[in-house]
Amino acid sequence: MSGKLLFNEAEWDFATLDRTYKAIEEIALNDLKLDVYPNQVEIISSEQMLDAYSSLGMPLMYNHWSFGKLFAREDTMYRAGYSALAYEIVINSSPCISYLLEENTMTMQALVMAHAAFGHNHFFKNNYLFRQWTNAEGILDYLAFAKHYISACEERYGREEVEFVLDAAHALMDQGVFRYRRPPKPSRERVLEKRRRRAAYEEEAYNDLWRTLPAGIEPPAVPPTPDDEEFDGDIKLPEENLLYFIEKNSPTLRGWQREILRIVRNMAQYFYPQRQTKVMNEGCATFVHHTIMNILYDRGMISEGSLLEFLHSHTSVVFQPEFDDRRFSGLNPYALGFAMMSDIRRIAEYPTAEDRDWFPAFAGSGDWVGALKDAWANYRDESFIEQFLSPKLIRDFRLFALYDKADEGAYNVSAIHNEQGYRKVRSLLARQYDTGIADPNIQVVDADLKGDRTLFLEHKMYRGIPLHHATKDLVVAHIERLWGHDVVLEEVAD
Amino acid sequence: MTYFIDRRLNPKGKSLANRQRFLRRARQQIRDAVQKSLKDSAVADIGKERKIKVSTQGTKEPRFRLDPKTAGERDFVLPGNKEFLPGDEIKKPQGGAGGSGKQASDSGEGDDDFEFVMNEEEVLDIFFEDLELPNLVRTTLKETQSKQWKRAGITTSGSPSQINLVRTMRNAQGRRLALRRPSLREVEMMETELADLEREPGTEEARAKISALKEKIAYAIARRKWVGFIDPVDVRFNSYTEQPVPTSQAVMFCLMDVSGSMGEREKDLAKRFYMLLHLFLRRRYEKVDIVFIRHTHDAQEVDEQEFFYSRQSGGTIVSTALDKMLEIQRERYTTSDWNIYAAQASDGYTQSGDARRCVEMLNEDVMPLCQYYAYIEILDEREMEVFASEDSGAELWRAYRTVAAEWANFATKRISKPADIFPVFRELFKKAEA
Repeated sequence: MSGKLLFNEAEWDFATLDRTYKAIEEIALNDLKLDVYPNQVEIISSEQMLDAYSSLGMPLMYNHWSFGKLFAREDTMYRAGYSALAYEIVINSSPCISYLLEENTMTMQALVMAHAAFGHNHFFKNNYLFRQWTNAEGILDYLAFAKHYISACEERYGREEVEFVLDAAHALMDQGVFRYRRPPKPSRERVLEKRRRRAAYEEEAYNDLWRTLPAGIEPPAVPPTPDDEEFDGDIKLPEENLLYFIEKNSPTLRGWQREILRIVRNMAQYFYPQRQTKVMNEGCATFVHHTIMNILYDRGMISEGSLLEFLHSHTSVVFQPEFDDRRFSGLNPYALGFAMMSDIRRIAEYPTAEDRDWFPAFAGSGDWVGALKDAWANYRDESFIEQFLSPKLIRDFRLFALYDKADEGAYNVSAIHNEQGYRKVRSLLARQYDTGIADPNIQVVDADLKGDRTLFLEHKMYRGIPLHHATKDLVVAHIERLWGHDVVLEEVAD
Repeated sequence: MTYFIDRRLNPKGKSLANRQRFLRRARQQIRDAVQKSLKDSAVADIGKERKIKVSTQGTKEPRFRLDPKTAGERDFVLPGNKEFLPGDEIKKPQGGAGGSGKQASDSGEGDDDFEFVMNEEEVLDIFFEDLELPNLVRTTLKETQSKQWKRAGITTSGSPSQINLVRTMRNAQGRRLALRRPSLREVEMMETELADLEREPGTEEARAKISALKEKIAYAIARRKWVGFIDPVDVRFNSYTEQPVPTSQAVMFCLMDVSGSMGEREKDLAKRFYMLLHLFLRRRYEKVDIVFIRHTHDAQEVDEQEFFYSRQSGGTIVSTALDKMLEIQRERYTTSDWNIYAAQASDGYTQSGDARRCVEMLNEDVMPLCQYYAYIEILDEREMEVFASEDSGAELWRAYRTVAAEWANFATKRISKPADIFPVFRELFKKAEA
């Protein structure tokens, strides 16, 4: 034991937080070689944590009743003691904002800083999906814009009108992302034209009264744009992004309604990488906090009591109930992710013959930091599992695969943790995390713009699984409201 | 560069706007749920926050999702295999719940009802909506008890306008003494001494004295700087706390006919009537007692549960209830300490001859004691049409009309639906405003 304890008591204060943060930072940057956005750590109360929950974890969000519903539910669960609050929330932005709950003990604050401010932060900054699809620098500004824009619309067109567009757009959020390509860039003239029109509008809407507002209150950032903006005739089909298609081609929507669809679509796209990397993201953060807390202990910077407290909370986070357990609700991403990250380290450091067989690229290389950083940067859940799930883990978790045919009365066990089954279990599990398969594949195939303007959608059924009937009709009704004319959704075999 | 930001003092209730939107959205479901919950709760509990269970009808958030139960095929992987070998079959659970049928991908939808807590104001809003209260009345009823700021000693923090100078200066003086802060006069004295010394011709001894004195002065001046005249630790503030303004107390007598002719609907209407009266009283009095008296051909004091839910057979003699009320009042509620309110609900039937006795008792004994006496007669819609005119009616009604003519604080009203209740209180309320 060398070094001096960073803290000794459960109570925290800002000086201790700062000291601990610096110690964690040193380990994160030097030992783990993490590459992070600048951090901004905010202390919030439990009530504010609930607030943050119900606005999808974002510090700013436009207003909508569904967030109120979420809040009412979370609040009741929390008050009744059914659910504990998360210790932290972290936002993929630059600077990377992490919320710490004021009730946490100092040990928990240290754990949470290591987990969020370094683990998640590194993942956000380096994973290819986040780099490609999200703009960490711009998200907070965009949210501020969205909030202002939507409240300006509410004022101008009425709450019901706005609610109606948002309801419908939310129903299509899962179908509002580009999975394979970036949205087509508007040509340069069109951008210029748009800018000119917006400037002209601002000039026209300029009101001297704005100047008389007290400092700090700003007029709505960008006023709702007038009608009939950018309705263009050229359609590219088929189109998987329903929100994008409707936004661009709906014959009835007005300019501000299209802008709202765009906001919802951008939110969906922003969250899309998180949906594809749950296991990796949590695995990365959990592994990072576990490693850092252990190093802190090894260097004599936290006490044995803290270590035990940390281990207690850590083990409950990575607990995986078995399938026949009452508590089972699917694979725990923390458990699987953490196990896989630790396993990669083990394989790099102390491989068995089997590991050398399966992972010749890095088994025994000793460079676990490099192997992990490569995995964090270049994979998503599906490809990560396909690549890195080792036979040892399949045995540890005692994973087994079931085949399920809807009209049969029983599941068929198709593979278990044995020599013949490893590869099958692994790729079936990987496929389970493929959002391209888990989400229904619905595309716009045709729109009769010259005739009766019917919109034709197609659900390409993967292995014959249809859409849930009741919700399907409800969502189609929403689409019809946005499209303004009939919508036909056909389900076809793949 | 890292920033720690303390957000705990930021304004709370960021999602209030969302909550209001949600309440409006689920208005119908919430209304039904609140009315139901009011029906099941005690009279005095109106206006407390309560848990409401609503269905998600109207606040559904549908999304496209797959339904692997109806058709098609799939594979999935589970942890925790103990005995299965490839090729084994596992029976699917019936009804879909539990076991391996519950997949992570299935969550998110399908939760039908959920519970949440509504605060006092939100509950009252809905309660009033049904009673069709005028807005002005709503706001005054919802107003919380009036409070007054009272002195509550001394604190170490507060706003500059609340500084307690005497305390502050006393502390400062104590601290200056304890830390030996040289006073201005001491410094001045040393300075004059120094000036005197300097004026005299300088011997060796004098020079040494001068430099020693200079040092002493410099030290004294420095010390005066370290030990401030007033230090933040000296400052004391007057502290105030909010205390409710004491108002007097009131007792509310609830009288009700519980004979067979009073059905569930009648009792429910009566209950709302009592709830509203209780609200009025609670606003004006710090302490409100409720006494429940039920009667058939004789009267008993009962608890609330029995009052509303138990049934008794027998005839109907209203005057027994008045007797009972007077008896309880004499025993427990002297008029010097208590404001007395009475609310009677009945379907209007009483034994012939009893009505006259009631009128006598009211005029001579009851009304002189009461701040207010409200009588409601609960009819069904059909009867309501028959007795369209105020003058016609059953015996009790006609008898009570004569009392009402004599006493301004006696109100009578016929009701057949919740919206009829409020006008009973109109008089009472006007008086409160005056």
